[in-house]
Amino acid sequence: MDTLLAPLEFAFFQKGLLVATLSGALLGLIGVYIVLRGMSYIGHGLSHSIFGGFAVAQLFAAQFYVLGAGLWGIASALAITVVVKKSRVGADAAIGVITIASFALGVALFAKFGSSGPSFDNALFGSILGISTVQIVGLVAVSLLTGAFIFLKYRALLFSTFDPEVAAVSGVRVTRIEAALMIVLSLAILATLTVIGVTLVAAMLVIPAVIARMLTDSFGRMLALSTAVGAACGLVGMYLSYYAGVPSGTMIVLVGAAVFVAVLAFTGGRGLRRSAGLDAHSEDLLAEPAAR
Amino acid sequence: MTGTGVGPELVRLDGVSARYDQHVVLSDVSFHVHEDQFTGIVGPSGAGKTTLLRLLLDTMRPVAGTVWRQPGVRMSYVPQLETVNWNFPVTVMECVLMPRTRGRRLPWASRGEKAEVHAVLERLGIGGLAGRHIRQLSGGQQQRMFLARALLRQPQLLLMDEPTSGVDVSTRHDVLHLLADLHEEGVAIVLTTHDLNGMAAHLPHLVCVNGRIVADGAPADVITPAVLERTFGARMEVLEHLGMRVVVDESPASMLTRGQA
Repeated sequence: MDTLLAPLEFAFFQKGLLVATLSGALLGLIGVYIVLRGMSYIGHGLSHSIFGGFAVAQLFAAQFYVLGAGLWGIASALAITVVVKKSRVGADAAIGVITIASFALGVALFAKFGSSGPSFDNALFGSILGISTVQIVGLVAVSLLTGAFIFLKYRALLFSTFDPEVAAVSGVRVTRIEAALMIVLSLAILATLTVIGVTLVAAMLVIPAVIARMLTDSFGRMLALSTAVGAACGLVGMYLSYYAGVPSGTMIVLVGAAVFVAVLAFTGGRGLRRSAGLDAHSEDLLAEPAAR
Repeated sequence: MTGTGVGPELVRLDGVSARYDQHVVLSDVSFHVHEDQFTGIVGPSGAGKTTLLRLLLDTMRPVAGTVWRQPGVRMSYVPQLETVNWNFPVTVMECVLMPRTRGRRLPWASRGEKAEVHAVLERLGIGGLAGRHIRQLSGGQQQRMFLARALLRQPQLLLMDEPTSGVDVSTRHDVLHLLADLHEEGVAIVLTTHDLNGMAAHLPHLVCVNGRIVADGAPADVITPAVLERTFGARMEVLEHLGMRVVVDESPASMLTRGQA
């Protein structure tokens, strides 16, 4: 019991635990849509892109670096969507070019000018130190926004994720829903970046959702399970990070990976079959439909 | 069963052309869909059958020509089974309810909605499967599930892409009877098919497509060797059986004979 209670004496750990648990839940919730839409690579790319925006923004106005990074991330997300829809460039190539170039710019700016916010290592791998009240408020606000968006648009989101063309015929404004999802994803990545880290956010978007898929065939239950698994990984990972003295993001992801292995062993072939081809028609979601 | 369409128009394409990138798929197509229409669009792969459906549905914009739709027209679309991700985590109930995106804001289904889904599943002969995952259905059951989803919108016009592709003979018969019943109830139907004998020959009205409209009319007028060769680019023989047209590939023997001549 002491092991669990002792770190809670420190205010920084209380904040870290809250942020890690909420971050895990948020990424687990939104990760269901990202995985089922075959957008895992976008999650990976966006987090790297936001790192570039973060470095650029703090050059001009250190106090607004979060806002700058957020706008940069949203702009990158929309740029990827436009490039893929309007050109022959595939989604993976567009993400590779736009987001990794942005990341490289961020690394160059960090090397040249340093940082007035989080350190380079902390930005990459996450840290529980120095979490401000503003960041906590931001994360809570983004979590509430994401929860409200998913609750109120549950049916339209489900339909457009499963079958965008039929959803459009049935009156769902698919383009608008997809753009809104990209914006919410950018905000979620931005809000969780501090604790999870740029390079590890994508893993927490994917791991809880895949674990949940291995455990259920129902979409509603998958959303609930993925959120719970994400939160549990954040909570346990944060404690392990404290005792092991390693960056929080790495431990949270390692806990997720361990749960994945355990669930895989438990569900065996059934779980693998469920999670196979989750994003089977992801190409159709971003590209123009093929001529038939 | 009428099908050529003489009632009020639901959708009208006039001189429409469509392309993907620089590849023109359809050119100068005029096609009118009336309230009492039951039409099969036939043609080879890549002929533009699905594109024609997309133009009717407004999921694709033409590069030339005009499209008119009756204001407020209710259309439902049943996609090809092959294009669906059957591993997606949804039950039959969740899938059939998908079009209900307006009105009720809550994620879960109301008691009334559940009763409605059960009723339409029952009507289509798959009552009792509402709780199953979509992968656990047979090809025929999957087709019926999508039909149930389409019917939940109470459409005036039902568009189906290859509804009998990948289903067995018995299911094909069931689907045909079901569509005939729906048509009798006043639902206009346009479907694509490359199954000339199993599907097209049984429909009241056919449109042959191969980049443009090659022919248009009743099966007796359209299923002829000359029209089929212009549509499919292959020679076929047409036989008559119990008043129905039956298409057979030109026999290998006659091909060999022609080759030797």
